[in-house]
Amino acid sequence: MNTLLTSAVALLIATTTAQAGGHGCAAGKTLTDGTLTIATGNPAYYPWVMNDAPESKEGFEAAVAYAVANEMGFDDDAVTWVRTSFDEAIQPGAKNFDVNMQQYSITPEREMMVDFSLPYYTSAMAVLTTGKVISAGAEPTLESLRGLLWGAAATTTAVPMLAEIAPNRDPMLYNDNTDVTAAIAANQIDAALFDLPTALFLSAVMVEDGALLGQFPADRSEAPDQFGMLMEEGNPLRDCVNAAITSLTDSGALAEIEATWLQSATGVPVIE
Amino acid sequence: MTRRAAHQAQARRKALRIGAGSTIAVFAAVVVFVPMAPGWPAVQRSFFNAEVLQRTFPGLLDAFVLDVMIFAWSAPAIAILGLLVAIARDLRSPAFFPIRLLATVYTDVFRGLPVILVIYLIGFGIPGLGLPRPWNSPYIWGSLALVLVYSAYVAEVIRSGIDSIHRSQRAAALSLGLGHGDTMRFVILPQALRNVLPANMNLVVALQKDVALLSFVGPVEIFRQAGVYKSLYANFTPYVGAALIFLIITIPATRYADYLLQKQRQRQG
Amino acid sequence: MLRLEAVNKSFGANKVLDGIDLEVAKGEMVCLIGASGSGKSTLLRCVNLLEPIDDGTIWFDGQDIADPDLDPQPIRQRIGIVFQSFNLFPHMTAMENVMLAPRRIKRLSRASLHASISTLFDRFGLSDRMGHYPDQLSGGQQQRVAIIRALAMQPEIMLFDEITSALDPELVAEVLDVLRALHSEGMTMIMATHEIGFARELSDRICFLDGGRILEQGPPSKVIDDPQEARTRAFLSRVF
Ligand SMILES: Nc1ncnc2c1ncn2[C@@H]1O[C@H](COP(=O)(O)OP(=O)(O)OP(=O)(O)O)[C@@H](O)[C@H]1O
Ligand SMILES: [Mg+2]
Repeated sequence: MNTLLTSAVALLIATTTAQAGGHGCAAGKTLTDGTLTIATGNPAYYPWVMNDAPESKEGFEAAVAYAVANEMGFDDDAVTWVRTSFDEAIQPGAKNFDVNMQQYSITPEREMMVDFSLPYYTSAMAVLTTGKVISAGAEPTLESLRGLLWGAAATTTAVPMLAEIAPNRDPMLYNDNTDVTAAIAANQIDAALFDLPTALFLSAVMVEDGALLGQFPADRSEAPDQFGMLMEEGNPLRDCVNAAITSLTDSGALAEIEATWLQSATGVPVIE
Repeated sequence: MTRRAAHQAQARRKALRIGAGSTIAVFAAVVVFVPMAPGWPAVQRSFFNAEVLQRTFPGLLDAFVLDVMIFAWSAPAIAILGLLVAIARDLRSPAFFPIRLLATVYTDVFRGLPVILVIYLIGFGIPGLGLPRPWNSPYIWGSLALVLVYSAYVAEVIRSGIDSIHRSQRAAALSLGLGHGDTMRFVILPQALRNVLPANMNLVVALQKDVALLSFVGPVEIFRQAGVYKSLYANFTPYVGAALIFLIITIPATRYADYLLQKQRQRQG
Repeated sequence: MLRLEAVNKSFGANKVLDGIDLEVAKGEMVCLIGASGSGKSTLLRCVNLLEPIDDGTIWFDGQDIADPDLDPQPIRQRIGIVFQSFNLFPHMTAMENVMLAPRRIKRLSRASLHASISTLFDRFGLSDRMGHYPDQLSGGQQQRVAIIRALAMQPEIMLFDEITSALDPELVAEVLDVLRALHSEGMTMIMATHEIGFARELSDRICFLDGGRILEQGPPSKVIDDPQEARTRAFLSRVF
């Protein structure tokens, strides 16, 4: 028994170091043999994927995707990209991807329908608002936040989190980030909740007079917002993906990618 | 019972037998064969998930109240504006040419635009001009967008109804000395509106569904709520729940419209 | 009471009334006869101001009613017209059809109108049909309701446009009886008709229209029994 296990581990190490197009853990478990098919959004957004071109390996999720693929034994050339919406990612029936990366937050409810990898990023949630709202007296305290008129993109985990904040007025929900910023521009909402990298991007580029009022700490005990790769329920590839992520985390490679692509948010006050 | 009545009764019974038989056969085929498909368990879990339905249904019902409210304030506005525009398009005197032109351009433009675009444009665009709260509310401008689009359709339907009334009715009314206003109000419109009742009922049913489009500019009505649940649970069942709630309203509305028409046809002999 | 002077009317290039001169005295009954398309209906519609004329004058009670600046409404109230196709309002009962104009124009209440209008229905043998809708009435009954509707405004002159030609032969008599009664009461009437026999019996004067002109006119004894114009003779030989 013991020798069997040792030899299995030895075999595993041997094959992963061989790096010959996904033979090893992932062998025979991908849609197309020898290829890892990864899905992203349509379009894929900054800073997760730069210029909507994941093949360039630029952008946080693009870089993580290639790192994980390499770790699993796929050459860069053995990675294929496809695009899906959220709905396509969760619809029943055969999937056209092995893994799907578009800032999917891992939640227990979702886990009942699909599988997630271990988290590759833990995001703080940040409050996007405008200078005008801040000068009107908004402060990074729960008390002050409750008095604001809130908005969020409807398919994000910002929605359940807004429910935790329990604002005084019902929040407005929108189809996507663009619509949320349009509502801020029209002064129909005071503030919106996003993951920190998205909030930083939107406040710098998309929202006139944009500002971050504060961030909720990433490692807050209840329901941290963690991004995982989404897979079809019961996908045998999951263990291989998890092994790759674990090793990237342990080696510090993941943190390095994060430092390269995601702006640090040290200036944003933390909401207690 | 006359021979004829007996014959008809027998024919009715036979039709009923055939109808019932074929309905049961189709139903059985769906119930028996669909679950035999290899993907059925997955489909069932994603779309007909009892547990998800149970957890989301109350929230959906709550959100549906908003749909009802949007409908309740939009529908009368649509009826009034649609009627006014239809009448404006029928004004004959040259002095009214600018009004007629305006009404024509209005119906052409708003029937030509996708509802979504109008809702975005008016729902975000007009408040973006710098209106103060609460006058920039998406409820106001989103509803206005719906009203503008649907009034254009209603106006066109009513106008077709007005056109369907023979010229001789107008001549008869005018010949009695009635003015254009009275002629329209007492002679033309009652007949025109009745003629286009089915077309307008279709618009009512369509509006009941399209109030959901207001969610694009923020309000969390039932379809938005279903979308939130969908992404929360990674499951489509909340949409099925929303559809059920919609059907509970729209099917009786459609049946009632049919009933009204039937009754009207009978009265007219 | 009514005098048309040099009335012209064209529909596009089609000259429908071509220099019509016609005078109708109070209490007189004038019949218009002529081939289809000769302009009878158009003439009546012009008198009722349902069609504007191109030029000429229509004197009515000393006033030029063809003046385009004039509001036609009050004048139409004084001139009743009944159409070939009845043109009752199908969504109203016979009673409502008759009451509409007096209620709206003379601002009379239903209650105050009810007695006088019931009398009219009574006189024309329709007292049991007041609550019926037009499609529940025979053609003859509908046409009588249409006449009552015009009479209810108490017009000074009545225009009838082939009011029996849409009726089955056995229903014609009941409508003609109404006209007889009106004539005997001294109502001024102009009537376009194909009922040559009736026209001969009742009318004071007959006008033969041809191509928008009044080719020949005079008492029935002259126009019908001794026509001067060849075209009149040709027309009469065709309809008799
Ligand atoms: N509204 C209209 N537009 C164009 N032409 C018209 C119009 N009304 C009548 N006409 C034309 O005017 C001419 C005279 O028509 P009118 O109805 O006066 O004839 P009529 O003598 O009453 O015929 P009938 O005995 O068939 O009723 C016809 O050639 C007809 O086609
Ligand atoms: Mg005629």
